[in-house]
Amino acid sequence: MGGYVGRRPARHAFDLRGRVSAMTTEERRQLSDAPVPNYHLSERQLERMYYYMRLSRSLNERMMALQRQGRAAFVIAGAGQEAAQVGAAMALRPGVDWLAPYYRDLGMNIVLGMTAREAMLNELAKADDPNSFGRQMPAHWGSVSRKIVTQSSVVATQLLHATGIALGAKMRNDPIVVLTCCGEGSTSRGDFHEALNFAAIHKLPVIFYVQNNGYAISEPTVKEMPVEHVADRGQAYGIRGQVVDGMDVVAVYQTLRPAVELTRRGNGPFLIEAKCYRLWAHSSDDDDTRYRPRKELEEWALKDPVVVFRQRLLEDGMFAEEELAEIDELVTQEVRDAVEWAQQMPDPKPEDALGYVYREVQ
Amino acid sequence: MVEMRMRDALREALREELLRDERVFLLGEDIGLYGGSYTVTKGLLDEFGAKRVIDTPIAESGIVGAGIGAAMAGMRPMVELMTINFSFLAMDQIVNNAAKLHYMSNGQINIPLVIRMASGGGSQLAATHSHSLEGMYAHFPGLRIVCPSNPADGKGLLKRAFRDDNTVIFIEHTANYSLKGEVPDDEDYLVEFGKATVVREGTDVTLIGYSGSVHQATRAATMLAEQEDVDAEVIDLRTLRPLDMDTVIASVKKTNRAVVVEDDWKFGGFGGELSAQIMEQAFDWLDAPVARVSGKDVPMPYNRNLEFAALPSEEDVVDAVLSMF
Repeated sequence: MGGYVGRRPARHAFDLRGRVSAMTTEERRQLSDAPVPNYHLSERQLERMYYYMRLSRSLNERMMALQRQGRAAFVIAGAGQEAAQVGAAMALRPGVDWLAPYYRDLGMNIVLGMTAREAMLNELAKADDPNSFGRQMPAHWGSVSRKIVTQSSVVATQLLHATGIALGAKMRNDPIVVLTCCGEGSTSRGDFHEALNFAAIHKLPVIFYVQNNGYAISEPTVKEMPVEHVADRGQAYGIRGQVVDGMDVVAVYQTLRPAVELTRRGNGPFLIEAKCYRLWAHSSDDDDTRYRPRKELEEWALKDPVVVFRQRLLEDGMFAEEELAEIDELVTQEVRDAVEWAQQMPDPKPEDALGYVYREVQ
Repeated sequence: MVEMRMRDALREALREELLRDERVFLLGEDIGLYGGSYTVTKGLLDEFGAKRVIDTPIAESGIVGAGIGAAMAGMRPMVELMTINFSFLAMDQIVNNAAKLHYMSNGQINIPLVIRMASGGGSQLAATHSHSLEGMYAHFPGLRIVCPSNPADGKGLLKRAFRDDNTVIFIEHTANYSLKGEVPDDEDYLVEFGKATVVREGTDVTLIGYSGSVHQATRAATMLAEQEDVDAEVIDLRTLRPLDMDTVIASVKKTNRAVVVEDDWKFGGFGGELSAQIMEQAFDWLDAPVARVSGKDVPMPYNRNLEFAALPSEEDVVDAVLSMF
């Protein structure tokens, strides 16, 4: 299966088939685990961050291409939100903390262990898709072994599930954190408010993480809410609200990391708003030229979080151009492999439509 | 055996399950100090504390959603929703989430959640408290629908609900809360889902009810025996999903006539499902079309006269039976 940084067996799997010949940065020089000044992150973490963001974007690009070629039915992507997702998910303890994501959270899933091949199985709704076996629309992420729970397409419903997971954890004195995500559009729904209220009353270990990407399908934020910041809504529930630049992966990590640990220690929920931007249309079914000014899009495209982070790593001398180019190339090959591999994997059989309606008594 | 009212039998079930399984906890509006709108949870706060008997804000979707989350991560919560009409506020969480997440996750997660709610008319609570929508919930695959008619079943079915790995919609008829009956005091007493009971044996016609309507059917059977010399068999379905059609079909093949009795509206109601299945499975045994005695096709009115007019009566059942001969 795919994977690269931190998942050695996966990388060797590629090497064995001769697909990836380039050495990784880690193999060429020892990456340091010591915090780098100004970043408060190690070289290894920074490299990982870039890899995750690059992989998330490249997967989304290929998914959209497959859809345009008629080889995939539907795509809903996280382009523009990679920094917000990767920086936040890296603040979690994989396999310990829970994630109740929303459909744009490919980057989060990658951080918590989803491989390129798995993501493509999901996009193509193949029988071995570990998320749902082709039962859910693509991007309705869920992997219980990674403590990621699948969700409805109705927005904000998963915030309540996260609240309940956190309630159970608190009752068991289980020191976990639940991170749950939505867009700013979801914050108009009652479930958002009911979740914040309930979590605040019981000081639950849950972080409500709103990726404010500027649009709820076609509606800009001015039509969605009368306040400038979603985070301000935390005040109404006695929840600490924070705003972070969601285009800056380092800032996101630095904001989430202390919040996660404070929440874990019983300090109650947070409402964190990452200001980012949806660089693409809502989904593959949407034509955003009907409602989004091109000039606005062009301005935000200059702030593309993947491009900006790459540039920053270069300018700060963290990595050489050839090192980052190598990661880009590895990602390209990993995605290509995932597409080729996933396309020839079997579809679910008609009889697979049945089953798992009820769990029978053991 | 101990004689107790339905509300006490239900409380006893909750108490025993809270004692048996530390993963069990209760969520609901006014279930703590207040003891629940129908006093089913009375005293449980004192005995189990505020960590396990949790008074919640008025937020039906929120409570059910939180219950779903706790259930998917290994707890065994129960949510009390006051009345079935209020459950509409939680409809998305119940139908799109509790009923579907097991399927949508391809079996990775399941939602062992018990959602209790009161239904039924007769208490002058009007159109937004009093409807009987067991059949509506029975429409959705993924849910168990339980609707006891007597205290013994109430206790045994509710205890059984906590042992289920799926979401159980547990519907209590308001007119049954004060009903007395003999209840086993055995901690291991469970009533299995999908097992209807023959409440009264008979040879001439099968009356099928659930929840409150079992009592109308039983009273009608007495009237038929005493006044019309008709020997009616009465079946209490007890659960609508799973549905015990075997007991129904065996009875219909014996009596050759069937009448479904329910408080629900006839149009699109559960009686339609029952009569269709009887037709599919026992057409050749029927001496008359399956009859349905149901509530009137109106929202429930408040005034007592109006409310009685809107609900099916035992006389309606008797009339329906007599029209079949």
